[in-house]
Amino acid sequence: MTKTKRANALMYVVLIIVSLISVFPLYWMLIAATNKSVDVTRGKLLPGTAFMDNWKALFANSPVQEAMINSFKYAILLTICALVICSLAGYGFEIYYDKGKDAVFSILLMAMMVPFVATMIPLFRMFSDAKLLDTTLGFILPTISTPMIIMMFRQSARSFPHDIIEAARIDGLNEFQIFFRMFIPTMRSTYAAAMTITFMNAWNNYLWPKVIMLQDTSITMPMLVANLTEGYVTDYGVLMLAVLLCSLPTIIVFFVLQKSFAEGITGAVK
Amino acid sequence: MSQASEPKKKKMSLSKRQNLTGWAFLTPATLMIAVMSFWPMIQAFILSFQKGKGNNLRFAGIDNYVRMFGDKVFMTSLWNTFFYLIIQVPIMLILALILAQMLNNKSLRCKGLFRTAIFLPCATSLVSYAIIFRSLFGVDGFINSILIKFGILNTGYNFLGNAGSAKAVIIIALIWRWTGYNMVFYLSGLQNIEYSVYEAAKIDGANPLQTFFKITVPLLKPTILLTAIMSTNGTLQLFDESLNLTKGGPSNATITMSHYIYNVSFKYVPNFGYAAAMSFLIFILVAILAFIQMKVGDKRD
Repeated sequence: MTKTKRANALMYVVLIIVSLISVFPLYWMLIAATNKSVDVTRGKLLPGTAFMDNWKALFANSPVQEAMINSFKYAILLTICALVICSLAGYGFEIYYDKGKDAVFSILLMAMMVPFVATMIPLFRMFSDAKLLDTTLGFILPTISTPMIIMMFRQSARSFPHDIIEAARIDGLNEFQIFFRMFIPTMRSTYAAAMTITFMNAWNNYLWPKVIMLQDTSITMPMLVANLTEGYVTDYGVLMLAVLLCSLPTIIVFFVLQKSFAEGITGAVK
Repeated sequence: MSQASEPKKKKMSLSKRQNLTGWAFLTPATLMIAVMSFWPMIQAFILSFQKGKGNNLRFAGIDNYVRMFGDKVFMTSLWNTFFYLIIQVPIMLILALILAQMLNNKSLRCKGLFRTAIFLPCATSLVSYAIIFRSLFGVDGFINSILIKFGILNTGYNFLGNAGSAKAVIIIALIWRWTGYNMVFYLSGLQNIEYSVYEAAKIDGANPLQTFFKITVPLLKPTILLTAIMSTNGTLQLFDESLNLTKGGPSNATITMSHYIYNVSFKYVPNFGYAAAMSFLIFILVAILAFIQMKVGDKRD
């Protein structure tokens, strides 16, 4: 009995320590954003009063508004397109299963192994010929269709009852109506999971926009944050405020969709 | 006869039509992957046999591939990437497995709180966390100020200015960012295992270590394989951390392959052919490692 008690206590200690380590850097970022740079480097761990000063300094020296709007525009458009196109495909591969489609699916999975640095240069040349540099379309095209998201939808389509499809067909719905009216509403948690993953990946994508967004007016939040460290002297308060602004959208999306995200992943791992 | 065959014929055409509809569902996604992934990959392969600055290219056989192995910076980047892979991926996956098993315990309180806290790092953008860690471990950063306060150091240690410690910081940062992500996959996998299996093991007197190795690991094998392949793939393509945490320094000591390829393509005088050759090597490595992992994963059955 005491042995299990001790094991239990150990478990709580481990979990508490790991949780603290997980949260600490983010807490530190939050605190740093409200303090002057000098206080940050002194190791201050309590909220300060310099938040507004940091805010003014950041907005005065960097195009935060443009970068924020760009990041939202790119990430939202990419997420919408990706959800539609990948869920259509996942549904198609599973519901209309045959050998030919399965072979195509296996080939698509190989795209998971293609490293982005390898396709980056040909894509850059293609997109600069097509005048897609510095455009939203240029940002979203390479990552709309990804094997990972298609696979998630295919897995969840597996649990979609065939009786419903047959019944809907008898009721006279065509195949696309079945997809839009029956499949999408029942697969909300898969959509939520796919949405969380796609939005986060799109928002966080750094390499591709760094390659194609050449003008200051088309940069993203991660690019703006990275640019702030280019200078010789770093103002930690201002820098951490920028990091905070860059992290907030993904953290909010995660919290809002957390529950359905976990459900969606569970469906996909099955 | 004709009456009997008519409905059959109608049904055939119906299933054929459905089959075609199926292709319509998956064509947009398939075409996009073909154009945005496979076609550029073929282009990169052709490009890897070409030489020249910018868009002024001519064929040069296997020169680029030969050059790669004499390029000290590239060899360093290759070694660094494998170093991160060998140290970081196993530690992270084992840690994630242990945490998942702990959180799967039904009698655990505050489960949601722990899970959220541990997953939170994954909601931070890659550039953000790289910069947070850069600031924490800077000469005038938080870690140094604490070490000085407690009298462990007299002056700030330049963690990012020394090759060994800079690599350690990258590994710590990677573990911090990705452990929770892998843990979520394991937690989901564990939910598909009947909890009664664990209760039975407990009654039979199995200790946590035994349950871990005899139940959790074998039953989660497919999920472990998935996360191992994903992490290997991600680590071989490491870019944001190398660029923003250490800037590849000191003097390229922590640079990763992707970072070096980026520099060769866009930072220095663009040498697309050479960069393509190096990126093709990454592709081959990813493919080989995925193949090995799948083989190993299969054998333990």
